[in-house]
Amino acid sequence: MRRSSLLKSWWVRDLLGLLIGIGVLLGLSWVLQRVPIVGIAYYFRIVILIGINIILAVSLNIINGHAGQFSMGHAGFMAIGAYGSAYLTFFFFGPYVDKFPEGTQRFVLQNVLFLLALILGGLMAAVAGYLVGLPSLRLRGDYLAIVTLGFGEIIRVILLNVEKLGAARGLSGVPPWGNFFWVFLFAWITILVSMRLVNSSVGRAFLAVREDEIAAEAMGVDTTRYKVRAFVIGSFFAGVAGGLFGHYMSYLNPAMFQFVKSFEVIAMVVLGGLGSISGSVVAAIILTFLPEGLRGVKGWLNTSADPRMVLYSIMLIVLMLTRPQGLLGRKELWEVLARRKDTVQKDARDEEEGKMDRGSGPSIDA
Amino acid sequence: MSQPDSSSLLLDAGHVTIRFGGLTAVSDFNLTITPHELVGLIGPNGAGKTTIFNMLTGVYKPTEGTIRVAGVDTKDFKPYQITALGVARTFQNIRLFKDLTVLENVKIGGHIHYAYSPTAAVLHTTSFREAEEAADVEARELLKIFNLENRAGYYAKNLPYGDQRRLEIARALSAKPKLLLLDEPAAGLNTGETIQLMDKIHEIRDRFGLAILLIEHNMELVMGICERIFVVSYGKTIAHGTPQQIQDDPVVIEAYLGEPATVER
Repeated sequence: MRRSSLLKSWWVRDLLGLLIGIGVLLGLSWVLQRVPIVGIAYYFRIVILIGINIILAVSLNIINGHAGQFSMGHAGFMAIGAYGSAYLTFFFFGPYVDKFPEGTQRFVLQNVLFLLALILGGLMAAVAGYLVGLPSLRLRGDYLAIVTLGFGEIIRVILLNVEKLGAARGLSGVPPWGNFFWVFLFAWITILVSMRLVNSSVGRAFLAVREDEIAAEAMGVDTTRYKVRAFVIGSFFAGVAGGLFGHYMSYLNPAMFQFVKSFEVIAMVVLGGLGSISGSVVAAIILTFLPEGLRGVKGWLNTSADPRMVLYSIMLIVLMLTRPQGLLGRKELWEVLARRKDTVQKDARDEEEGKMDRGSGPSIDA
Repeated sequence: MSQPDSSSLLLDAGHVTIRFGGLTAVSDFNLTITPHELVGLIGPNGAGKTTIFNMLTGVYKPTEGTIRVAGVDTKDFKPYQITALGVARTFQNIRLFKDLTVLENVKIGGHIHYAYSPTAAVLHTTSFREAEEAADVEARELLKIFNLENRAGYYAKNLPYGDQRRLEIARALSAKPKLLLLDEPAAGLNTGETIQLMDKIHEIRDRFGLAILLIEHNMELVMGICERIFVVSYGKTIAHGTPQQIQDDPVVIEAYLGEPATVER
């Protein structure tokens, strides 16, 4: 091997990558907070929401896109992570940190405890994912969708009635520890984990379950186990996203986690292309920015009513009509770009694909 | 043929019966397979051949009777556990992972041999690397045997029909089975392809030291390569023996061609 033995060791390289990533993110957040443009805070806020939505979309893509299990309960997992981590910071970590005077020690303590709260929140969501997954994964398709939808609503209604967590008033005063750095660190980790999983035997087992459960079982894949794994991993990151959301907003309300929130994330995954990680990221960016970007339309049209949500819906419909397989289909962004570049190398594979895409290829179901 | 003692049997199905509601699809089916044997299972359409396969691989649970794989009773086993015991199969109506590449299909076939924890996958540990490298080497080797090595990057759905059939066998072999079940491997193949397939079946049997049980309607293929043949009709075993015995068996001829007409006076 050409590489030095130290760099060959897997943990040294991963650690190095992590440190570089952290450095870049710290630098970026330092710069972004000091850009001297009026109103930049508004865009900064959108960017952070984009980061949170990337985590949600990529994690749901593991469940819906890779393992092919149609889950509509992502808002529920997010709520568990949000309230779980907020409970820890609001009642324990926050007051503890407040005892320390302003300074480096307090700064470090706050961030370490925040990280701990995020991970614990994620774990709570993962446990919920496991508990929901185990019995309900006997169900398929629509039935699973209904069960997960019901689960999300149960979580919301429970939160609505827990007086200690603010019930319907919501929980205000959650420590505002969420920031650009943490959001994008976890967005990056989510993408990395998802990519590494899909290029492993675990990911291949997910895909096999999605493609054909009976064949997957016949090939030795314990389908139930892998479905539960997809649920646990997906809901963990949804929980982390919830924690980041709560600590960025500094306020939580059960109404934030209605099933509409689940649909928003599903729309991102489907629009990006079920099973495409970069597709989920691109769609998360577009669908988070679009409702905000369309605010300007009201001014141009000079109307009193705000047409932005109507336009948003129309654009969604048009996108799905023109590209029903999603923006990127099942491919990743770089695969699509690479195909554009080397048209010379277009071999039979591309040709066949084109044929299949037009639906005129030979059917093997007959 | 002397009956081998039960300990050396790869597959031992005894008095297997399955009923779907009031319909008895298979009744009192008996089958034994010793290592390295090539056994054929034939019968008219609807005789219950695929149902037998589904019971052997755990997709259906027999209502009565026992199935032992390498001496282990598979009563409470799920299909993936039976695969782990060393039984792999193909499907009558090709069940490839259509939207995955040829190479990925074969790698999934080897799942039981290359599985590691999600943590290892995320951290890219040494065990992950070793398993992935081994899986890649073995998958490409299998593709070479079936002349599919140039198609490794194709989506399975885009392969011609004959290649899909062969890919399914390659995928099943990737599980390193001791017993390979082939459900109509020659269905839809032309004569030339069928002859190639016969050679291939012989080749993989010798190369991997397998026992093979195959369902087939193509009599040329069955009579040409099988050492023993079971004939089922309406869920019952009506004959059992060497190809020559089967060909001459009046009961078999009757099941396939109907009763000889008798002229009433």
